Amino acid sequence: MPKYVALTYTADVDWSDPQYADQMKDWIEFGEAAKAVIRGGDALYPTATATTVRTSGKGGEVISSDGPYAETKEALTGFYLLECADLDEAIQTAAKIPAAWTGAVEVRPVIDFGS
Amino acid sequence: MEAGDAVAQLVREEGTRVLATLVRVTGSIDLAEEATQDAVVRALESWPRVGVPDNPRGWLTVTAKRRAIDLIRRESRRPEKEAAAVSMIEPVPEPPEVVRDDLLRLVFTCCHPSLATETQVALALRTLGGLSTAEVARGLLVSEATMTKRLTRAKQKIAQARIPYRVPPADELPDRLSGVAATVYLIFNEGYAAGTGSELARVPLTAEAIRLARLLVVLMPDEPTALGLLALLLLQDSRRATRVDEAGRVVLLADQDRSRWDERAIKEGVELVGTGLRRTSSRPNAYVVEAAIAACHALAPSYDATDWDAVISWYDVLLTIRDSPVARLNRAAAIAERDGPSEGLAIVDAIDGLAAYPWWHATRAELLHRLNQPEAARDAYDRALALDLSRPQADHLRRRLSELG
Repeated sequence: MPKYVALTYTADVDWSDPQYADQMKDWIEFGEAAKAVIRGGDALYPTATATTVRTSGKGGEVISSDGPYAETKEALTGFYLLECADLDEAIQTAAKIPAAWTGAVEVRPVIDFGS
Repeated sequence: MEAGDAVAQLVREEGTRVLATLVRVTGSIDLAEEATQDAVVRALESWPRVGVPDNPRGWLTVTAKRRAIDLIRRESRRPEKEAAAVSMIEPVPEPPEVVRDDLLRLVFTCCHPSLATETQVALALRTLGGLSTAEVARGLLVSEATMTKRLTRAKQKIAQARIPYRVPPADELPDRLSGVAATVYLIFNEGYAAGTGSELARVPLTAEAIRLARLLVVLMPDEPTALGLLALLLLQDSRRATRVDEAGRVVLLADQDRSRWDERAIKEGVELVGTGLRRTSSRPNAYVVEAAIAACHALAPSYDATDWDAVISWYDVLLTIRDSPVARLNRAAAIAERDGPSEGLAIVDAIDGLAAYPWWHATRAELLHRLNQPEAARDAYDRALALDLSRPQADHLRRRLSELG
């Protein structure tokens, strides 16, 4: 079955902060409800903790810089790996991720190099 | 020549159905297109010479399937697909119910909500309408290269993101069908209004939209959305010959020569409205109601004899199911005809959210004109003309503006 990654875009918050404990309930509920198709995923610390890494070509000098590549209103704050029958099932699943309610979820098909 | 045209017409009609079946059997739109195209070319070569076979669709299907197998065999890296291909050599063509379902699947795949609207329009014209990429490009006023790119990306997305080749389940069907209808309506409008182009009506796109709407009715004869959509398009198109004069000037509904309206289209449209209303259970369907409004105009012997009460009450029904500022504006215009310009203007002025819509300004201008307020009317015409209009429409407004003196 095809795999999809659901990238969750929300306000750029620290999910580990206790003030979000209430909201986490919704995420846990989703995780339970979608158990059959979830193959992995995690929440991410806010973009303030991000480091962008480049090198000057292969094996070149490492240039790390603070923060994400681009600043936007909604930030990438987590992801799921889903295994679904088709895009319709992936969309239906993504619609139940709490991020979709107030932010957005980007669903991307995963390339299967095995076939 | 006529026999050749009939063959071409038949091949095109059947080609869409054969394509739909091939997409299901091969699981690839690209492969299905190539195989079907090959079968179509062969049919166009041989049928005019040796005659049309007894079962043209069967002939095309078998020829296309054989071609698909050849194409798959050439791609040697795909043993799995080849096995599937070999197993599909069923010389017996699909029964009509299967072909009908295949075509429905194709409809819903081309109009999948995960595809951009402009992509849906292009795919519908290309695969369901059977137009060539060049014809689609010309119809939508983009270059052939742009259209090729758009179609290629769309087919890639369908394949890579696994947009299912399936008729949506009953609980999703109404929403998905209204998405399909919106796409077909957009195609019609593209041809009807021709955006900012210089021609008011590009006939082929309106004809293509009617053809697609007719296909939806054949596939879903009990769906009010399909019935209402076809009715609406036929009724609007029935006035095509009278919408512009010989000089290319816009002729308003009030001034159109009703004897030149297409009676056959009106008759069919009105009958479809009746069927659509009977098929409607509790909640009326927006397309059926819009078609009912169009039918009121189509059946009126003259503009003055229009049954404005009926028009307004249909608009009232429409607002209860699909409230929109544009529907409110049209209702206000009908009120102005029935009750007078000042009553109409009061409602028009109270509609929010149409500042960027040229016809809101144009309607205000017209009503102010009738109320003998030339300064305010001039201002409103200017505002309308500053917005996006086709040239004949803009010319019409400029003429009205000049009549203000």
